[in-house]
Amino acid sequence: MLNNTLKQLSARLAAKEVSAVELATEYLARIELLNPRLNAFITVDREKTLAEAQTADALRAAGNAGLLTGVPLAHKDIFCQQGWKTSCGSKMLDNFISPYDAHIIEQCRKAGLVTLGRANMDEFAMGSSNENSAYGPVRNPWDVNAIPGGSSGGSAAAVAARLAPAATATDTGGSIRQPAAFCGVTGIKPTYGVVSRFGMVAFASSLDQGGPIATTAEDCALLLNVMAGYDERDSTSLERTKEDYTRDLAQPLTGLKIGLPKEYFAEGLAADVAQAIEAAIAEYKKLGAEVVEVSLPNTKLAIPSYYVIAPAEASSNLSRFDGVRYGHRAAEYSGLADMYEKSRAEGFGWEVKRRILTGTYVLSHGYYDAYYLQAQKIRRIIADDFQKAFAQCDVIMGPVAPTTAWNLGEKSDDPVAMYLEDIYTLGVNLAGLPGMSVPVGFGKSVDGKAGRPVGLQIIGNYFSEAKMLNVAHQLQQVTDWHTRAPAL
Amino acid sequence: MQWEVVIGLEVHAQLSTQSKIFSTASTAFGAAPNTQTAVVDIALPGALPVMNKAAVEKAIRFGLAVNADINRKSVFARKNYFYPDLPKGYQISQFELPVVEHGAITLRVEPPKGEAYDKVVNLTRAHLEEDAGKSLHEDFHGMSGIDLNRAGTPLLEIVSEPEMRSAAEAVAYAKALYSIVTWIGICDGNMQEGSFRCDANVSVRPVGKAEFGTRREIKNLNSFKFLEQAINYEVRWQIDQIEDGHKIVQATVLFDPDTGETRMMRTKEDAHDYRYFPDPDLPPLMIDDAWIERIKGEMPELPAAMKTRFESQYGLSAYDAGTLTASKATAAYFEAAVAAGADAKLAANWIMGEISAQLNREEKTIADCPVSAERLALMIKRIADSTINNKSAKDVLRWMWESAKSADELIAEHGLKQETDSGAIEALIDGVLAANAAMVEEFKSGKEKAFNALVGQCMKAAKGKAPPAVVNEILKKKLG
Repeated sequence: MLNNTLKQLSARLAAKEVSAVELATEYLARIELLNPRLNAFITVDREKTLAEAQTADALRAAGNAGLLTGVPLAHKDIFCQQGWKTSCGSKMLDNFISPYDAHIIEQCRKAGLVTLGRANMDEFAMGSSNENSAYGPVRNPWDVNAIPGGSSGGSAAAVAARLAPAATATDTGGSIRQPAAFCGVTGIKPTYGVVSRFGMVAFASSLDQGGPIATTAEDCALLLNVMAGYDERDSTSLERTKEDYTRDLAQPLTGLKIGLPKEYFAEGLAADVAQAIEAAIAEYKKLGAEVVEVSLPNTKLAIPSYYVIAPAEASSNLSRFDGVRYGHRAAEYSGLADMYEKSRAEGFGWEVKRRILTGTYVLSHGYYDAYYLQAQKIRRIIADDFQKAFAQCDVIMGPVAPTTAWNLGEKSDDPVAMYLEDIYTLGVNLAGLPGMSVPVGFGKSVDGKAGRPVGLQIIGNYFSEAKMLNVAHQLQQVTDWHTRAPAL
Repeated sequence: MQWEVVIGLEVHAQLSTQSKIFSTASTAFGAAPNTQTAVVDIALPGALPVMNKAAVEKAIRFGLAVNADINRKSVFARKNYFYPDLPKGYQISQFELPVVEHGAITLRVEPPKGEAYDKVVNLTRAHLEEDAGKSLHEDFHGMSGIDLNRAGTPLLEIVSEPEMRSAAEAVAYAKALYSIVTWIGICDGNMQEGSFRCDANVSVRPVGKAEFGTRREIKNLNSFKFLEQAINYEVRWQIDQIEDGHKIVQATVLFDPDTGETRMMRTKEDAHDYRYFPDPDLPPLMIDDAWIERIKGEMPELPAAMKTRFESQYGLSAYDAGTLTASKATAAYFEAAVAAGADAKLAANWIMGEISAQLNREEKTIADCPVSAERLALMIKRIADSTINNKSAKDVLRWMWESAKSADELIAEHGLKQETDSGAIEALIDGVLAANAAMVEEFKSGKEKAFNALVGQCMKAAKGKAPPAVVNEILKKKLG
């Protein structure tokens, strides 16, 4: 049962083979068993989960069930959910019980999906290893000494370990794709504006985008059907006709043009990762696809551009966490400035502080033009590069990350080394494009440990999610990487 | 040394929208603390701003009213600073690209000495922004309370060029601006509730010098009287400082109405670095021509145009036309009275005279005037047709003020109707002449004064109910 996809679970619920309560109970038992080792969840609340499951069962009994009614999933702790602690992985929000639902949560609720719990994450979504959570690091289910990737590490690890059949996640610079790759699961970051950011705790507003992580592309499509759609409460949400993201899944790939950016296969890419990616490309050729070389010449500039824009926005977005209205406030302080300083010093972790300081610096008087404006210019150039590439191909493919998951603690003292790991994922966010990660094999850790998953990145043009899901789904019809689960 | 004063004003006009600038919470004044707050007003995690179109429309109205440029694209920026009543840690405002730029207003300056004159003041810009909440420092036993009901209330910040040269000009400018924003219905003008607040940038320089002196900014003046007092004090203070050999340090100051003095709040050195950058939560504000055209079609006649029309249509003096069009309500009252049949000049005199005086005594506005324009019009008609004289009319107005009775009812009730039958008046005069033959003789022998005495006798005989003009005329005829 726990290896079932959403589609299979949906069928079983419809056939009354299992109830939502039974399903939730089974997953809760597995969470109870394995979460102490993986730390994928920050909050589990059996009563709330079962109450939701009962509601779902009642809906089904009354004949009002939708396709996913009663199917359970985990929510990244970044989405405000009424009555649930919404900590965003931070001590700052450890006491914050959200009084309202994010758009994504609302949509899931409407679809009858049952909340299994709140997934661990890097604090305020800042990190590539999930070591920055105030609730401790998440472990990679394939090797508990490895990091699961970040920032949606809890979501990816939970799905990989079958603690949840799917999870919501967010991606600001790779936070869906990279943990999905490191944990051997499937995830998609939609085009910026497709999924409402209302109620999603903001890290970098112009880059943040919610999306699903699941075991298959088909499940991702089903969840995207639930999550996507115009929301007037988010001014950057795009007013578009509702799409069925499953509509093209079965399309053959004959004649598909795959662009391989030469910069994504250059120096710095680990050989075992390159090998797995190349094997997947070979599968696509067998499916009738053609391969062309394309160029994204400013790929390297994505790192400095991103690490100016994201911290700049974050420094402002995180100003609201001041200990005045909610969240952490220092126990003792003398005066207003002291209250701010102590509350924020105690409430934020090091990486968050580092980015607030960086962001504050680049927005400062006299530095704004040299950093922020310059980074925005690069951002436009990077977006243009992608458009030039898409003139030659339908989708772009490459690795999600230059290496497989590293060991816990391996890079935690070297933030720059960690930032460099994001080289292939940042451009997608800067350009606002959709990006996916699909499991395509295994590689080794730096110290030679085998069995670390490799993810293939699929990048599409704006609003081409249905095509990308089709491309990923077709690969999953001829390979079985996505069905592999770690032994726990 | 002769000093020249340089003043520029920044006015925050609260836009009279139903809901806040970026949320659906109500903007109504006076609710229990923190009851008018949507998630974005408390700045909960994940809350996002959504532009209120009504606020944009009001900004466009203002731009049209002052002949300004309406920018087809303007950008919201974040102004970052920490303060407990600023829940997001930044204020959403407009920085590099405001919605309105340039434009000008003409004002009538009435200096304490010398003659009144017209002056044109140019505007730099007007931009949309949100108000902060309120910090309450009393009643909390050493702690502060925060009320976020006001947080997110839409404001239009209107910035003038530093073109005013006296407190009188600054006050005239503020009053003219006040008249415009209330006239076009974008601001309720309630200064006690903070709907219209002024910051004054004040500097002095020796007459003839081209460069500006160092300015100090007086914050948050919420009455015209305080604006005048604060500027006058500040100017005096700055001149004294310079003449005593001190330098003016750029600073923000507060005016204390109790002492009548300004005091320093902070200098430029401890000014914030606001780290402005475009708000990524809000796309640029795009305004198309069709929107502007639609609003143009909905614009009321503006005070300047109405003043010109009053002069030509009603034959009023420039002064009268200006006074009547100082407020939209007064102008409307005047036109309603004329429409109901009142003579325009008489109506103007009564509105600017007795009615305005009584309203002032009762601290009321024309909107609360107990005598409607229609009731006033009937009374004026009775003056024009000589039913009553001016003196009786004052009584009639006073009684109308206190009752719902019409002028006609009151005239009848108090027996104020003048004798208008010339035959009856003639008979009355004949009687007076017969009884005062000596006076008639005196007049005929050349004593002009005797004529006035005879008029007095006639009026006495008529018990004040004969129109003096008619009496004069008949008497003259009879005395040849």
